[in-house]
Amino acid sequence: MEKNWPLWEIFVRSKNGLEHRHFGSLHAADAEMALENARDVYTRRSEGVSIWVVESKNITASNPENNGEMFEPAQDKIYRHPTFYTLPDEIKHM
Amino acid sequence: MKTNLYNYILELADNCLIAGQRLGELCGHGPSLETDIACTNISLDLFGQTRSYFQYAADIKGGDATEDSIAFLRYEREYKNVLLVEQPNRDFAYTVARQYLFDVFHLLLLEKLQFSQDMTLSAIAKKSIKEVSYHVRFSGDWIKRLGDGTEESHEKMQAAIDGLWQYTNELFEVTEEAKALAEEGMGIDVSTIKDAYYQNVTLLFEEATLNVPESKYFQKGGKSGIHTEHMGYLLADMQYMQRAYPNMNW
Repeated sequence: MEKNWPLWEIFVRSKNGLEHRHFGSLHAADAEMALENARDVYTRRSEGVSIWVVESKNITASNPENNGEMFEPAQDKIYRHPTFYTLPDEIKHM
Repeated sequence: MKTNLYNYILELADNCLIAGQRLGELCGHGPSLETDIACTNISLDLFGQTRSYFQYAADIKGGDATEDSIAFLRYEREYKNVLLVEQPNRDFAYTVARQYLFDVFHLLLLEKLQFSQDMTLSAIAKKSIKEVSYHVRFSGDWIKRLGDGTEESHEKMQAAIDGLWQYTNELFEVTEEAKALAEEGMGIDVSTIKDAYYQNVTLLFEEATLNVPESKYFQKGGKSGIHTEHMGYLLADMQYMQRAYPNMNW
């Protein structure tokens, strides 16, 4: 039997209207326990209004070796970048 | 001084103080980082509640009484907590079982105390209910996990419950102070929540595949200051700083 509890990734929505953000990871035997542990580790001081837990093994991550082809677009194609808009000040989370 | 009220506040608060102290002993020693933090959080909730009660008690007592002097400078016989909460952390099953057997009682008590005619007690109860609802959920979940877990965890949980059961009945013993205050609508007659308590506990134990002990032999004494042998050691630990360095502050 595996001695350590599996690892879970914790996502917390800090207030309504915002998206869930990755807060960290912790160990738990199952999803229910992961939720309770997340509450105790991350949200005891009203940091959030909603918690998602995902077992870490279910996350597929990109390989840092492929960062070039994945994340560095050609800089000369400026029409790909939405830089010609001015954002109104009231929009805070863009 | 309103002696009845003062003593009744101690009866309420000492349970929180001593249960919190026992859980706090696990700080840095919990079975996993996550459960360690959870136990310490519950401990801090209980200390927070204790402070509210003792600040009120210090007002009533007057003179140079403070929340700290009430918490740290009484003798063993002056503590009114039930025997259950002073029982040691033999293993994690014991810790969780002790906490659960107290939490169920605590929540039922606060649900009544929030309607107390005493505005301060009512306010403390209202504030505490949210915290204690979580305590019951946490300890109850662990009872189910260990009871309905592996053969070894089941055995340990059953042993913890069998060992602690003798201390449950004292929770419902009605002291003179409580009786007098209940008649004025300020305190709670705890004998009225006994049936609900044993029903709740029995239901959860069934779900956790645990046996409800049949023993009819119960210990008592804590509410009148007669404690088990564990209490002295707990107080020595808890009071050391104030005794060695009187009036020290952080």
